[in-house]
Amino acid sequence: MRYYTDEHEWIEVEGDIATVGITEYAQGQLGDIVFVELPEVGALIEQGKDAAVVESVKAASDVYAPITGEITEVNPALEEDPALVNSAPEDGGWFFKMTIADVGELDGLMDEDGYKAFLEEL
Amino acid sequence: MNAPNKSGWKPEMSLAESGFLGGPVTTTGNRGLMLEEPLLFEIGRADVTGVDLPDVDPAAPTRLGGLARSEAIGLVGLTEPETVRHYTRLSRQNYGIDLGFFPLGSCTMKHNPRLNEKMARLPGFADIHPLAPQSSVQGALEVVHQLGHWLCKLTGMPAVAMSPKAGAHGELCGILAIRAAHEARGDAREVVLVPESAHGTNPATAAFAGYRVEDIPATPEGRVDVAALKARLGPDVAGVMITNPNTCGLFEKDFREIADAVHAAGGYVYCDGANFNAIVGKVRPGDLGVDAMHINLHKTFSTPHGGGGPGSGPVVLSEALAPYAPLPFIRKDAEGSFYLVEEENREERGPSFGRMTAFHGQMGMFTRALTYMLSHGADGLKQVAEDAVLNANYILRSMEDILHAPFGASGPCMHEALFGDKDFTNGLSTLDVAKGLIDEGYHPMTVYFPLVVHGAMLVEPTETESKAAIDQFITAFRAVTERALEGDEALKQAPYYSPRRRLDETGAARKPKLAYEG
Repeated sequence: MRYYTDEHEWIEVEGDIATVGITEYAQGQLGDIVFVELPEVGALIEQGKDAAVVESVKAASDVYAPITGEITEVNPALEEDPALVNSAPEDGGWFFKMTIADVGELDGLMDEDGYKAFLEEL
Repeated sequence: MNAPNKSGWKPEMSLAESGFLGGPVTTTGNRGLMLEEPLLFEIGRADVTGVDLPDVDPAAPTRLGGLARSEAIGLVGLTEPETVRHYTRLSRQNYGIDLGFFPLGSCTMKHNPRLNEKMARLPGFADIHPLAPQSSVQGALEVVHQLGHWLCKLTGMPAVAMSPKAGAHGELCGILAIRAAHEARGDAREVVLVPESAHGTNPATAAFAGYRVEDIPATPEGRVDVAALKARLGPDVAGVMITNPNTCGLFEKDFREIADAVHAAGGYVYCDGANFNAIVGKVRPGDLGVDAMHINLHKTFSTPHGGGGPGSGPVVLSEALAPYAPLPFIRKDAEGSFYLVEEENREERGPSFGRMTAFHGQMGMFTRALTYMLSHGADGLKQVAEDAVLNANYILRSMEDILHAPFGASGPCMHEALFGDKDFTNGLSTLDVAKGLIDEGYHPMTVYFPLVVHGAMLVEPTETESKAAIDQFITAFRAVTERALEGDEALKQAPYYSPRRRLDETGAARKPKLAYEG
């Protein structure tokens, strides 16, 4: 099941691990991405707090944790090839995986249809 | 000889590729008397030097021991005239305020009066050394002291630290003074609040000083959300950093209310004074409740910058923060002589947080800034602010019928006009407009900043441009904007006529080549 935040992160839940990245819309707005700073594996991050930084030719932006949890893995491919975030933002360009401290937090996020409707209002 | 630069246009390029539209491609790569210039490595030879050095006597004693270089390092040489031409030709490809209109928002690229230069070159200011005996440089010390006095007068603040070397350095000075004041009370506060409408350096400064930064949102009209800020105040908040006028080009009219609330919560108010140009002589930040504010002499007081000279960022301080000002500072003794208070003056230095620079600040900039102040006078400085604001509003109102002005309805702008890319078509962006302006012969405005506006374009004309110059810019800006609105495909390839075509900024950031590879 995939959820979305109003800060344009996506979160894919598989069992008790969630994968997080930024959306197609977000990469389009940022433009060519040149650097991604990922969190430390083992870091505990609260929902809504800074988890990563993505830097494009236009600006540096924070990526927020969609839920509270512990970072279990980061995408090693992004260090060598940050352009993956542009070419495959919702697939090979994922940022990190995390545990799900509180399943209830997912209820506050949008599903795909909800996010599409949200984008149309922007 | 004179092989065209590999990174530039080449004789074999097609007309369209080379930008020689409608004219013949030249064999040299030059365009008339606009000269193409190869890299030093492409024109230099290892066996040439412009300096006639004596031969080294192999028997001469050396103190280098095993560190002496044993083989040539491969640096190329040029004759003296070739060297002079190389740099002169490169300088002709540069663009500066002495060449044309430079509307880079947030940077205040104003004309630097030549009188400033004349004064700064007087030997008594230009040829002195920071370690010279203080009795021999009384005139220079008096200039720094007098400049500080006028900065305090103009800002309505009781004290000033003159040594910070630029805006961000001044911010750090102010935040360190705030930290020192809290620590002196044993009050360990951890958070600095920074509104979205503040300069990008503000959160960086607070983080560098060891604080956790929290954002405060902007209102739809582009000002600090006062309610959100007040709600966040508490015993963990060391202070706020507010840029006023802010980066949306607006005056923060609720500043006094914000400052009172911050003070009531035990915090201090840092004001980023980079935009002081819009209010100098009109508003005294001391009256707004500011505790610390840096002043960019290189913006408001016309000392050269942007590649033309160093910055200088004196910081004015409130009574509460003044004791923590960095060393050194200048005082006047009972006989009227000026002296520096430094580390060894234990009694006079008080609880100063220490030293930020090796010496006393940017002497050359101090002389220029004081010259500018005294030659303008109080009435002249007031007119600086009025004309800067008038010029920016003229641009705002001359463009808003075709270019999205997100805060156009928030009242007059200050000294910069802010636009967004809302109605551009065919995938055209703010970047394309900026590049199109280069073809028109203008340095582009600031782009993609502030972040609160989509595809932001921040235009700051300054007060030193004539109406004729601004009208000409508006004509060009409108023409390029029309192309972006109409979806002109050709604009995506701009610039066509600059010494280099559009650069691969993404490639340069992702895979920078930092050494010459031959």
